[in-house]
Amino acid sequence: MSTWSRFNIASIIFGFAFLYLPIVLLVIFSFNESKLVTVWAGFSTRWYVQLLHNQALLEAAWVTIRVALISATIATVLGTLAALAMTRYTRFRGRMLFSGMIYAPLVMPEVITGLSMLLLFVAIGFDRGFWTLTLAHITFTMCFVAVVVQSRLLSFDRSIEEAAMDLGATPVATFLQVTLPVIAPAVFSGWVLALTLSLDDLVISSFTSGPGATTLPMKIYSQVRLGVTPEINAICTILIGIVAIGVLIASVVSRRREAQRVADERAAFAQ
Amino acid sequence: MKSLGSIRRSFAPWADPASKPFISFRNVTKKFGDFVAVDDLSLNIYTREFFALLGASGCGKSTLLRMLAGFEQPTSGEIILDGQNLAGIPPYRRPVNMMFQSYALFPHMTVETNVAFGLKQDGMPKPEIAARVEQMLKLVKLEKFAKRKPHQLSGGQRQRVALARSLAKRPKVLLLDEPLGALDKKLREETQFELMDLQQELGLTFVVVTHDQEEAMTMADRIAVMAHGKVVQVATPAEIYEAPNSRFVADFIGDVNIFDGTVSANADGRVQIETASGFPIRVVAPDGPAAGAKAGFAVRPEKIKVSRDAPPSANAVRGEIWDIGYLGDMTVFHVRLPDGKVVKASSLNAVRAVEDPIGYDQEVWISFAEDAGVVLKD
Repeated sequence: MSTWSRFNIASIIFGFAFLYLPIVLLVIFSFNESKLVTVWAGFSTRWYVQLLHNQALLEAAWVTIRVALISATIATVLGTLAALAMTRYTRFRGRMLFSGMIYAPLVMPEVITGLSMLLLFVAIGFDRGFWTLTLAHITFTMCFVAVVVQSRLLSFDRSIEEAAMDLGATPVATFLQVTLPVIAPAVFSGWVLALTLSLDDLVISSFTSGPGATTLPMKIYSQVRLGVTPEINAICTILIGIVAIGVLIASVVSRRREAQRVADERAAFAQ
Repeated sequence: MKSLGSIRRSFAPWADPASKPFISFRNVTKKFGDFVAVDDLSLNIYTREFFALLGASGCGKSTLLRMLAGFEQPTSGEIILDGQNLAGIPPYRRPVNMMFQSYALFPHMTVETNVAFGLKQDGMPKPEIAARVEQMLKLVKLEKFAKRKPHQLSGGQRQRVALARSLAKRPKVLLLDEPLGALDKKLREETQFELMDLQQELGLTFVVVTHDQEEAMTMADRIAVMAHGKVVQVATPAEIYEAPNSRFVADFIGDVNIFDGTVSANADGRVQIETASGFPIRVVAPDGPAAGAKAGFAVRPEKIKVSRDAPPSANAVRGEIWDIGYLGDMTVFHVRLPDGKVVKASSLNAVRAVEDPIGYDQEVWISFAEDAGVVLKD
């Protein structure tokens, strides 16, 4: 980009402002002394301190993390298996229908997913709480994992699996020692995606959770209805910080790995 | 033609009726849907043989190899290895190992662990694995690269790792799928001889699939030329080249001139063919076709002599130099006969400078000896 025309500069400023102004405001006001959200009364960290004493909010955060970890892990296992089945057994009847059904939840309105889950749990008499919430999260995050893993499997060189079997590895040993390590990065990104989706889900959680299983997004939403407090700003700032650090680490690691790979290849062909 | 076949070594178990084949394909057919990849094929391969399956892509040679490895099951027929019927035995329980065309190295493992993989599956004790891996890496001259990962190696090095890995378990048979396909020409030629030495040294049976006839001719004891799922001819490289059994093989292997015509006489082991090019061909053909039959005569370019003066022998005809291709080690002449047929003739450039060489548009004679080629029955 050699010319910084006024138009370019303006579009960049507006674009970034559009994306980040609300977040910046939220972060600034989380350090506000005043209880009134819109009036600046000096810098303070009192809302962060108060947050530590808000048992209900911490409780909700703990529920959210537990649900996210459990559901993301189970969804990753199921999603990976589904992706394997879809890419490996290409010749069975009704494959199109099956693959369509795996991806349907991607485009299904969350309200419908949530409502249908609720109806199911009511119908089978499953008391709503932590486990119904976890089950619902597994259901809607699984298809995202399947999509991520499947796209990796499509470019997977099957001959390395054949080589493993040729060398005496049983199908199970082949999967554990060859297939899984090779697709591990994709499986891991599927897991991270499932984790993030589960962490910030509000709609499906509202339908499927019960007493004693309130997630952080639900708690924040219900508090906001009573008015935005700086405390909410504080917890949101913490969440933003965690996400930002996570993204930063991921990009640094992947950039390092890429640079290492390029350097290795150059070294190999220089000989 | 008595010396054909004994050119390479005096190793010819296929000619001995008492020797038992090590690998037998018996009426093997493989269908993929409606497509017949391998069609009622029978073939014997002997212990310590370097056997090549040669053919164009889609001729079924790779399918044959994959059936031997266990990745495909025959639709009908059976495969016997060392007296054992392989039907229903999964790839991981077969005493064969394969070197893949793509090398199929495990990208997340080092050279060392790649080579050790098969031994580990067998539950071999660790010190023994380490010793065997070291020995294998020494064999392919990669000791220094033991700790590297595949992406840190060049193409030639990867090929060696793949070879070491497939040999580590000391299989009864090594299958090689286009083993040199991904290497550049110079490296390929070197590696061909290395593979031959290795096979001799280890005393293994090698079955190699290739579409490169030069590769097959150089390395193999015997070649099976395949087309459309069938074996067209199985013979030593010299027999395949000098005595092709069909128009297809003659045309597929090397360069060839084929004169078509009608047999006018068949006596004393010789036939005379009246060709469209206006000269009769009198050649040796022990089991030649009877008089009146249509036949072709196939003769290789290097067996045809080009000269300015009329040769004293039979099998000579006048023509005109149409094209000259100078290849360095030899020169290829395209000679146009009176009927318009263009004949290829090549001569070795044994001396550096020739006084008054044969040039364009000159009138020349082409001639060949009476045992210079083979008569092909139509």
